[in-house]
Amino acid sequence: MAGAARGTLTMRRRREILLGAAILVFLALLPLGVGNVYLRGLIVLTLLYAGLAQAWNILGGYCGQISLGHALYFGIGAYTSTLLLTRLGVSPLFGMFAGGVLSGGAAFLVGLPCFRLSGHYYVIATLVIGMMVALLAANWDFINAAQGITIPFHQESWTDLAFRTAILPFHYVMLAYAALIWLIAWLIEGSRWGFFWRAVKDDVAAARSLGISIYPSKLAAAAISGAATGIGGVLYAHYIGFIDPDSTLDLSLSVLIALPAVVGGIGTLWGPLLGAAVLIPVQQLSVAWLGSAAGGIDLMVYGALIMALALARPEGLVSFFQGRAREEAADHG
Amino acid sequence: MAEPLLAIRGISKSFGSVAANVDISFEVAPGEILGLIGPNGAGKSSLFNIIAGSIVPDRGEILFAGRRISGIGAVACARLGIGRTFQVVRSFDSMTVLENVMVGAFLHARRSAAAMRAAGEVIAFCGLAGRQDVPAHRLSPPDKRRLEIARALATRPRLLLLDEMLTGLTPTEAREGMQLVRDLRAQGITIIMVEHVMEVLLPLIDRAIVLDLGRKLLEGRPAEIVRHPDVIRAYLGDRYVA
Amino acid sequence: MSATLIAQVAIGGLLMGLVYAVVAAGLSLIFGLMDVVNFAHGALLMVAMYATLLIHRATGIDPLLQLPLVAALLFGAGVAIYRGLIARTLSVRVNAGMVQIFVTFGLSIFLVGAAEFLFGSDFQSINTSLLGGHSLAFGAIVLPLPLVASGIVALFVFLGLALLSRTEFGQALEATREDHEAVALIGIDRDRVFGIGWGIGTASVGIAGVMLANFYYIAPDVGTNFALIAYVTVALGGFGSIFGALVAGLMIGLVEALTALFIDPALKQIGIFMIYLAVLMIRPRGLFGQI
Ligand SMILES: Nc1ncnc2c1ncn2[C@@H]1O[C@H](COP(=O)(O)OP(=O)(O)OP(=O)(O)O)[C@@H](O)[C@H]1O
Ligand SMILES: [Mg+2]
Repeated sequence: MAGAARGTLTMRRRREILLGAAILVFLALLPLGVGNVYLRGLIVLTLLYAGLAQAWNILGGYCGQISLGHALYFGIGAYTSTLLLTRLGVSPLFGMFAGGVLSGGAAFLVGLPCFRLSGHYYVIATLVIGMMVALLAANWDFINAAQGITIPFHQESWTDLAFRTAILPFHYVMLAYAALIWLIAWLIEGSRWGFFWRAVKDDVAAARSLGISIYPSKLAAAAISGAATGIGGVLYAHYIGFIDPDSTLDLSLSVLIALPAVVGGIGTLWGPLLGAAVLIPVQQLSVAWLGSAAGGIDLMVYGALIMALALARPEGLVSFFQGRAREEAADHG
Repeated sequence: MAEPLLAIRGISKSFGSVAANVDISFEVAPGEILGLIGPNGAGKSSLFNIIAGSIVPDRGEILFAGRRISGIGAVACARLGIGRTFQVVRSFDSMTVLENVMVGAFLHARRSAAAMRAAGEVIAFCGLAGRQDVPAHRLSPPDKRRLEIARALATRPRLLLLDEMLTGLTPTEAREGMQLVRDLRAQGITIIMVEHVMEVLLPLIDRAIVLDLGRKLLEGRPAEIVRHPDVIRAYLGDRYVA
Repeated sequence: MSATLIAQVAIGGLLMGLVYAVVAAGLSLIFGLMDVVNFAHGALLMVAMYATLLIHRATGIDPLLQLPLVAALLFGAGVAIYRGLIARTLSVRVNAGMVQIFVTFGLSIFLVGAAEFLFGSDFQSINTSLLGGHSLAFGAIVLPLPLVASGIVALFVFLGLALLSRTEFGQALEATREDHEAVALIGIDRDRVFGIGWGIGTASVGIAGVMLANFYYIAPDVGTNFALIAYVTVALGGFGSIFGALVAGLMIGLVEALTALFIDPALKQIGIFMIYLAVLMIRPRGLFGQI
């Protein structure tokens, strides 16, 4: 029983936070070893998706509500901060806050009708609402419709999140983002809400019998998940310097946000990070290496990878590590 | 009878053309262990679901500690102090035993340390101490039943509804289960148990209600119940009635 | 705006709605049978359209005459997808639904990529066919012949699906849908039923693809939009209900056409989405859904 005693919840959570800190240090030092600008950009994107997928995971993984409409919250964040900066000159540091609040609010509002639906009806409803807003945005002149908005560059500035060529500052911005969302997920896992959400995911009737209200639980998870996604949208907008409905609101983005969490391990702390670390580089590198030579091969590689991972590791990439940990525990036990 | 903890008054419930419960009335005193027996489809689980708030009755009312609870829903019932288990075990399969029980403990605990402490005590009480870090889906059937009880117990219920917790257990496991029920009562928890095998139930309970085809057939002490011709007829058929 | 124009647009919308309904029926059949949402459905439509195009180019066989051939081809593809991918996800204990969504989604990306690789991303079309270029006039109402023919074929597909339920296999399908585990006891091979179910589901989308190839552009991502509409149609009609798919398809075709006419062609899908959301608020399981 030594293994069991060591494997208690408290110990596990302590280990997780230590491992998280170690990974944070490693990622903070990583650019020192990577000189190539393209690779640095790739890492920035991976970090962004690690954060976004973790944000999605809060609702989809812990609370079990599979949303295919998260691009909506991403887009609201991106547009809010971009409009605030370009029209009113408001700093993205505030934009981040405003974008988070608005996208969290939007997720709450979307949840009000959608959480009355179950299973696949919920999935399709989130998808439809997302598509609807994307379509409206592409026809709304106030936000430049389908042309999109370019964020003009004036000077390097942290308050404007504007940097001429250096990707390095954004490495730390995205790292902070990914780390923050990870930390939120870690806190949720150990909190009353986190326990309630996982209960809601596993068995609604049993959750009710323990006094858990289902609907408010889902709404709370949605609001936090939406806000966290929206902040990612804000950071993306200022990183790229250009947004349009296609790149910030489209259904394909909703899928891209969810995918790393699923491939890595849905409802787990490390899954979204692992999934992003595998999927984003494969996707980007196959576009860079294969996409230009022969269009389509990059998609074939990416599609095949998704199929292979989903079939080989249906419980996610994290199960590689869990498997080993379990065996070890069994050896000691 | 002292002031009843639970009063069922004229409860009826139909599912389509099936009358699951017809005009059921009885009372349960604090600290009592009440057995609810009857053949398959008698309406035992249906009545449980009504008491626990997960089904709204068509007619009648239920008073719990003097408060009307019919129609307030399962969540509110749980918060008022009605705990339950399910006939088909429902565990939170992505969680360990400890985490499952902590979900229940969080009804009162705000902080996770407090929930963990409360859950640990309940787990030990239910005889799952060695298994608290085992994923719930890996438990054996009897341990899953214990887990369900522990989880409900963690919400500190005054009334506990146990639906066929002894069914499918070996005699040894059943005896352990019965001991657990006695321990629960010693804690001051009022218990209603559903079981259709009468033999296991009778030594345990103070009083029994027999349901058949949705109706209350009779109510009485175990010794009276077994001798009653209606019960023999309902269970064994007419030819056994002397 | 004349009454004839409105009538013409409405009828055209209903005919297109029949095509949507067939695409949706395939999706709904598979869902009803085994609770799997096929996210490669649009890509399979695209595959059927390219198959029609290629066969037409290589042999000159008219698309209309290719119906049985492409349907058979897609039937085979459906069985293969079930055997190769879906059957392997059935044993997954946690998040099986999620795994299925993403396996089929990966397949979709793969197929779209393959089409792009093989045929480029340019729009192509079949220019010479029996139906192409003709139209039917009913008084002042003029309808393109390929669209009318698609509508008629669609009705035959639904007739076929309705008759299917009377056959022995149809009964096995029904029994399997009701209880996956128990059918084994009465001698039904669950795997076979699932495989054939997938075959029929994708054959339906194949038929829709052939008919669309008569008058619609063909490109690697042509299926995306149809798939999206199919998901909405299935959810609107009720997951698993074939009849619901028919009714919802007609509704959606009509609403889409009228929104385009009265409001703005660019916003035609908004009409669909609004109707869908409105219905779901009143009936959370769609018009005819039980599950
Ligand atoms: N939620 C429900 N929906 C539809 N019918 C139900 C429902 N719950 C119970 N019934 C029906 O009500 C009748 C009584 O069922 P119930 O489950 O209460 O019986 P029971 O006494 O618990 O039987 P068993 O010993 O088999 O568990 C049965 O005919 C059953 O089919
Ligand atoms: Mg029962």
